[in-house]
Amino acid sequence: MLRRLIHKRDFYAGGMLILFGLLAALKGPDYGPGTLMHMGPGFMPTALGVILILLGLAIAGSSLATPAGVDEQVLPDHPQWFAWGCILASPLMFMIFGTYFGMFPGTFMCIFVAALGDKTQTYKSAVGLALIVGVAGTALFSYLLQVPMPILSWPGGGL
Amino acid sequence: MILTALTDLWNGFGVALEPHNLMWCFLGVFLGNMVGVLPGMGPLATISILLPLTFGLKPVGAILMLAGVMYGAQYGGAICSVLLNLPCHPPHAVTCLDGFPLTKQGKGGVALCLSVMGSFFGASWGITEMIFLSPVLVRVALQFGAAEICSLMLLGLLAGSTLARGSPVKGVAMTVLGILLGIVGTDINSGTERFTFGLTELDDGIELIALALGLFGIAEFMNSVNQQANIDTKYSNVKLSDMRPSKAELKRTIFPTLRGTIIGSLCALIPGTGPTIASFVAYATEKKVSRTPEKFGTGMIEGVICPEAATHSSVQGDFIPTMSLGIPGDAVMALLLGALMIQGIAPGPQLIKEHPDIFWGLVASFWIGNILLVLLNVPLIGIWVKLLTIPYRYLYPSAMFFVCIGVYAANNDMFQVGETLVIGLVGYILLRLDFHPAPILLGFVMGPRFEENFRRAMLLSRGDIGVFVERPISAVFIGLCALLIALQVYVRLRPPKRSAAEVAVETAAVDPGGAGGLARVAARTDAPQH
Repeated sequence: MLRRLIHKRDFYAGGMLILFGLLAALKGPDYGPGTLMHMGPGFMPTALGVILILLGLAIAGSSLATPAGVDEQVLPDHPQWFAWGCILASPLMFMIFGTYFGMFPGTFMCIFVAALGDKTQTYKSAVGLALIVGVAGTALFSYLLQVPMPILSWPGGGL
Repeated sequence: MILTALTDLWNGFGVALEPHNLMWCFLGVFLGNMVGVLPGMGPLATISILLPLTFGLKPVGAILMLAGVMYGAQYGGAICSVLLNLPCHPPHAVTCLDGFPLTKQGKGGVALCLSVMGSFFGASWGITEMIFLSPVLVRVALQFGAAEICSLMLLGLLAGSTLARGSPVKGVAMTVLGILLGIVGTDINSGTERFTFGLTELDDGIELIALALGLFGIAEFMNSVNQQANIDTKYSNVKLSDMRPSKAELKRTIFPTLRGTIIGSLCALIPGTGPTIASFVAYATEKKVSRTPEKFGTGMIEGVICPEAATHSSVQGDFIPTMSLGIPGDAVMALLLGALMIQGIAPGPQLIKEHPDIFWGLVASFWIGNILLVLLNVPLIGIWVKLLTIPYRYLYPSAMFFVCIGVYAANNDMFQVGETLVIGLVGYILLRLDFHPAPILLGFVMGPRFEENFRRAMLLSRGDIGVFVERPISAVFIGLCALLIALQVYVRLRPPKRSAAEVAVETAAVDPGGAGGLARVAARTDAPQH
């Protein structure tokens, strides 16, 4: 029984909904549900949380009743852990380098790290892409669109 | 009534033809056409990326441009399907079935030319519908009280989440999740901070741009990275002289165009059934009507024209409930409404009266934009095809930069870049679990208004929940909701006899990159259709 569930995508899908629903339904009443006539801010979240839990139960439950489909794997056929890491690290790089070193370094690192994720990418072309888009993008956003972020800076002053 | 509509439209052309508005419209349709051709980039991601850039514009220019991306992408999608057999945009997946065989026979240019003409006809019909139907709808909708608005929204949300693609239960779940995400932040009635977890950055709620770019940017890139198929451009050399259709071919396309247009406009009127469903229904109908149904899939021009006309007529028709009632039918429309709200314009039936320049300017710009698109598409097909050779390894890192800087520039706040990152990760997990993230956006945009009206309706009825069925108009909407659910249950309980069209929709939808979808769509061409 449990083994069958582990191989069901919908089992996890339902589980995730129940998790979200519980979060809303348990936290919601803290905001004051009020009465039906004078609804408080907690009414909707609690109600929606309960609905989400019910939907989650329905989805997870129906995964028990139906035979396994063709594709029940949660991970795709060829998991791209490295590429996913690169894509997720790219905004992080933008945040860190953008905050401490300015817009151009942030942009450069953001594009460079994201570009590394592609299997056919070389370091050289990644640097080239980051430089070209970085310069063009910085010009566009800094000069034309006036985004108030220094182009280059140094943590603790300088430059 | 008709006369006022025409006068307003005339003024609309005045607005849309102002040089700067014309420029934004052109930029919108141009970018739309471009991303429509590019596999792995859709109108949703593009509109989200452009959204922060429109803050500095006047509302009219902003909405003209963003809407232009939406319908411009539909023209590009056809090129992708017919010349390269890439169903990268769900509404055009079905066009591959007969479009690519035509290309192999050397008739790709003719097919595209005729489909552009059919599309233009379909779009024109959709726009005409919008001109005459919207004022009528508005007149009715202005009589609505809180209870009616609430029931109508419920119907819109239910239709948007169940009639789209994938499992209806999962669609509803995503809508509910979207409404919950819309609740985050300070409650407008009481000032209570909800689900902010002590983070002051969340006081104003989750940023629409962060949500859209997380779901349709980062999550999509994670889904398509290293999944791209090699693009075969062997057949895609189309010269202008190849595009001239013969008289017989022109004659053959008249009725398919008309049929497609009617199907598309009907689908647009049912909330939630967007262009994708319209194009598949159109293909199936055309096959049924045809005297030689067995020839479909081998290069029947009807199988290209009819779905394309349906797509375009439905895309334009989708704007009717969005602009006149403030009820978006799908995620793109929700995003456009969000763009209006960011500009400080409240969507709803009062929009046409309060901001006639926006509504009629938009309608007029549809026509201008569609004419521009016909002009752009016929001579420039060669250039669009060249675009396809831009490798994904250059495309998505550049898009990542636009995502980051766009979210940052919206409020000059690094916190929101992090917000986008988290939403992107969760969005990808949801994608892998077979959820479609589009209804999240629908719920997110409609949620706050739904809650407000629900609370108001309850207050006015002194806490009597029966008010929703006691007032006649509201009761009709609730009845339609019940009918919708009953239909879904009926369809589920019936023995699973899924049509090839449905399967193809889902494969195309799961695989926006088009890498695997192509093979599967092709494999299922011979499956029996009913």
